[in-house]
Amino acid sequence: MHQFTIAEIIRGLRDKQFSSVEITRHLLDRIQQLDSNYNSFITVTGEMALAQAAAADQRLAAGEAPALCGVPIAHKDIFCTSGVRTSCGSRMLDNFVPPYDATVVEKFNSAGSVTLGKTNMDEFAMGSSNESSYYGPVKNPWNTDCVPGGSSGGSAAAVAALLAPGTTATDTGGSIRQPAAMTNTTGLKPTYGRVSRWGMIAFASSLDQAGPIARNAEDCAYLLSAMAGHDDRDSTSLNRPEQDYTLNLNDSITGLKIGVPKEYFGEGLSTDVAARVQDALNEFEKLGAELVDITLPHTDLAVPAYYVIAPAEASANLSRFDGVRYGHRCDDPKDLRDLYMRSRGEGFGDEVQRRILVGTYALSAGYYDAYYNKAQQVRRLIKQDFVQAFEKVDVIMGPTAPSPAFGLGEKKSDPVAMYLEDIFTIATNLAGLPGMSLPCGLVNHMPVGLQIIGNYLEEARMLNIAHRYQQVTDWHKVSAPSIAEAAATEGE
Amino acid sequence: MAVDSQTVEKLAELARIAISAETIDEVSNRLGDVLQLVDQLQAVHTEGVAPMAHPLDEVQVLRADQVTEADRREEFLQLAPQSEAGLYLVPKVID
Amino acid sequence: MEWEIVIGLEVHVQLSTKSKLFSGASTRFGAPPNTQACAIDLAMPGTLPVPNEEAFRYATMFGLAMNAEIGRRSVFERKNYFYPDLPKGYQTTQLAEPIVGSGEIEIHLEDGSSKKVRLHHAHLEEDAGKSLHEAVFESGHGMSGIDLNRAGTPLIEIVSEPDMRSAAEAVAYLKKIHSIVTYLGISDGDMSQGSLRCDANVSVRLKGEQKLGTRTELKNINSFRFVERAIKVEAERQIDILEDGGSIVQETRLYDSDKNETRSMRSKEVANDYRYFPCPDLLPVILDDDYVEQLRSALPELPDAKAARFQSDYKLSAYDADLLTQERASADFFETVAKQSGEPKLAANWIGGELAALLNREELSIGESPVSAEQLAGLIARVVDNTISSKIAKQVFEAMAMGEGDADQVIEKRGLKQVSDTGSIEKMVDEVIAASGAQVENYRNADESKRPKMMGYFVGQIMKASKGQANPQMINKILKEKLDALL
Repeated sequence: MHQFTIAEIIRGLRDKQFSSVEITRHLLDRIQQLDSNYNSFITVTGEMALAQAAAADQRLAAGEAPALCGVPIAHKDIFCTSGVRTSCGSRMLDNFVPPYDATVVEKFNSAGSVTLGKTNMDEFAMGSSNESSYYGPVKNPWNTDCVPGGSSGGSAAAVAALLAPGTTATDTGGSIRQPAAMTNTTGLKPTYGRVSRWGMIAFASSLDQAGPIARNAEDCAYLLSAMAGHDDRDSTSLNRPEQDYTLNLNDSITGLKIGVPKEYFGEGLSTDVAARVQDALNEFEKLGAELVDITLPHTDLAVPAYYVIAPAEASANLSRFDGVRYGHRCDDPKDLRDLYMRSRGEGFGDEVQRRILVGTYALSAGYYDAYYNKAQQVRRLIKQDFVQAFEKVDVIMGPTAPSPAFGLGEKKSDPVAMYLEDIFTIATNLAGLPGMSLPCGLVNHMPVGLQIIGNYLEEARMLNIAHRYQQVTDWHKVSAPSIAEAAATEGE
Repeated sequence: MAVDSQTVEKLAELARIAISAETIDEVSNRLGDVLQLVDQLQAVHTEGVAPMAHPLDEVQVLRADQVTEADRREEFLQLAPQSEAGLYLVPKVID
Repeated sequence: MEWEIVIGLEVHVQLSTKSKLFSGASTRFGAPPNTQACAIDLAMPGTLPVPNEEAFRYATMFGLAMNAEIGRRSVFERKNYFYPDLPKGYQTTQLAEPIVGSGEIEIHLEDGSSKKVRLHHAHLEEDAGKSLHEAVFESGHGMSGIDLNRAGTPLIEIVSEPDMRSAAEAVAYLKKIHSIVTYLGISDGDMSQGSLRCDANVSVRLKGEQKLGTRTELKNINSFRFVERAIKVEAERQIDILEDGGSIVQETRLYDSDKNETRSMRSKEVANDYRYFPCPDLLPVILDDDYVEQLRSALPELPDAKAARFQSDYKLSAYDADLLTQERASADFFETVAKQSGEPKLAANWIGGELAALLNREELSIGESPVSAEQLAGLIARVVDNTISSKIAKQVFEAMAMGEGDADQVIEKRGLKQVSDTGSIEKMVDEVIAASGAQVENYRNADESKRPKMMGYFVGQIMKASKGQANPQMINKILKEKLDALL
């Protein structure tokens, strides 16, 4: 049952092939048996999941249930879940049980989906390898000596290891797309503002955006249809009608103009990855699309601009973690300053501390213009690159990450090398554009992701394009060898 | 570009993060690496470019002035490391 | 050496919205601690702010009343610092693009002169919570308690240019701000509850000097009286230092009203670097012309316009008109009394005299006056129609204040009606003359020019006999006739 996609589960539940309780119990058992290999969950909510599943079965029996009713999923541990510990991968929030749900969680709950648990992540979503989590690194199901990417490494690994058919995730600089690429899953970061940020613990407010990770574009369309929509509790939420992203999946893509930016195929990109991406582009040509060479001249400034803006916003967003109202407090503070200094020194890990300090620096007197203001100007230049490109093309394609998954510990002590992991994904966050990653082949038995960047609010078009590709290719159906073997044994 | 330890101490004080004496050199070096990366921005000509704080040119929608929140003090206080008599407790604030 | 004091004020006014600036929690004063602090006010993880439209309406009205530019585009920024009463670790405020730009108001001084004070700008921001230092807690010695009910209450911070030159001018400015915000109904202006708070930037320089001296900032001065005293005592301190050849340290100082001195706030000496930047959770607020013009046309009559009208319509002196229009409630009170009694001058005298004394004694505002405007008008009417004398009227007023009913009821019940029939007054005059042989003898022997003055004794005796109820004009007339007949 764990091999079923969300679309298959939706059909199976309605055809009474299995109940929500059955598939939920099956996945919970599987998590219990296998997740010690991957560490993709921080918290498993078995009891709650079974209760939700039982309620979903009743709704399904009564008919008229929403599409995702009874479908088991997992939430990145950045989304607040009422009554369930929400750690954000940090010691700071190890004891934090919010009395409220994030809007995203609320929407899935009211759709009747089942929450299997909370997935592991880089601490406060700061990282590209999932090694900064207080709960230990997540291991890539394709090779447990490798990272799954980050920061939504747990959400991606849980899908790749067939522990959950779909998960929620967040993406501030590539945190959905890069782990999706590294685990052979499909992930979508929507247009900034398409999904509510209420109850999603903020890293960099003007860049953060929630989206789904699943096994294919069709499943992402189901999840995004449930997640997206205006929320008047989030001032930056876009007031646009909700839509069913599954409706246009099969539209023709003949005549589609695909922009191929030369800057995404230059230095730093592994030649093997480039070859797989080129294969995918050729496939799109066969589907009737036209490839157009474009240029995004400010691409190499995206990482530097991002590493000013994101830490600056984070430095303020994380000030609320002060040991006063919730979260970690140091033992026996001798005075107020000591309370702050030690609670935050102990509660935050190295990478989070580093980014807070960088952000503090960029905003401090005498440096604001040279760093923060400059980065915001460069941000506009980067956006203008895209605006100009979209005058000529419908979508932009390129690699998601410069190389396949790297080894655990390989880049941990070199933050700059780690930051360059997001070289192709960061610009879309700065511009607020939607981006997605889908499997497009293997390099040395490790997955490679193709990135699709769409124009604002063009998620339906992107899912349609990805779906058409996935109908003529099988890369997204390939499971990690260990998982496939286990599945084969089970089948016998 | 290295960042001197004095700067790191000042930043740590502003950010209220205790950094041990043993790790301060390490932090200085790493911070220096990151600043070197972002210093690429300095070479860019941005004269006349308006800074962009938000990715989309949207404007704020205001909320009607209504009381919509109920008293949930007891639920929130349960999360507090130390509280008494309905108050959050901290080491004495001296003015 | 002649010194000049230079003062700029930063006035914080709590807006009387029902809910907070960024959350739907109540702003009601005096609730049990933390019962009005919702998830947003507590900066719970993942919570987000949405601004209150009423706060923008109020701030715009204020800007219009100050003849200021209205920021058609205003932007919230984060001001970063750690303090337990500031849950997010930053205050959401405005800096580069505030809601109210530069403006100008006229202040009126007690000597009757006026002066213009320029407004630098005014911005919207959220209030902090409160730290309770004095309480003793069982669970820990030396702890402070934090109440976040006030956190997130909307404030406008009104920043003046350093245009004031004396403590009296500062007080007049503050009173003007108070009067404008209460006229607009955007704040209750209650300084005792912290609805209106004032920080003063004070420096001194030699008269004629153009350059500003080093200033100190006096924090949170919570009454008009203390503003005056704090500025005076701080200016004296600075002058003493400079005259002794010392120099002023730019710092934040606290006014201690018990000792009437200012002292340095050492804990704030650590150089702050607030690292302002635009709040990424909030978008620019755009106000269009229609919105601003609608508010402009709906502004109530403001104190200056009202004072001018009182002078022309009711023939009040500039002093009376200013005094009566400082508070909207007293202006309304006056206008009711004036209209109902038809005697504006008497109305002004009564409000400025007996009523002011009564309210002062009982520590009441005019809105809480035990004597209503209608009652006071009724009393004045009885004086005007000679039912009672002005002297008896004071007695009636006191009775009204005690809740004995309106003027007619008191006069009736206490039998205070003025005696005006010639017969009974003649009788009283005869009795007093008969009983005052020596004084009559003196009167007769006195020089003619001294006699009018000597009549006072007889009038007093007669008033005493009549318990103050005899009509004084009639007493004078009859007494003079009878005494002169004895000459």
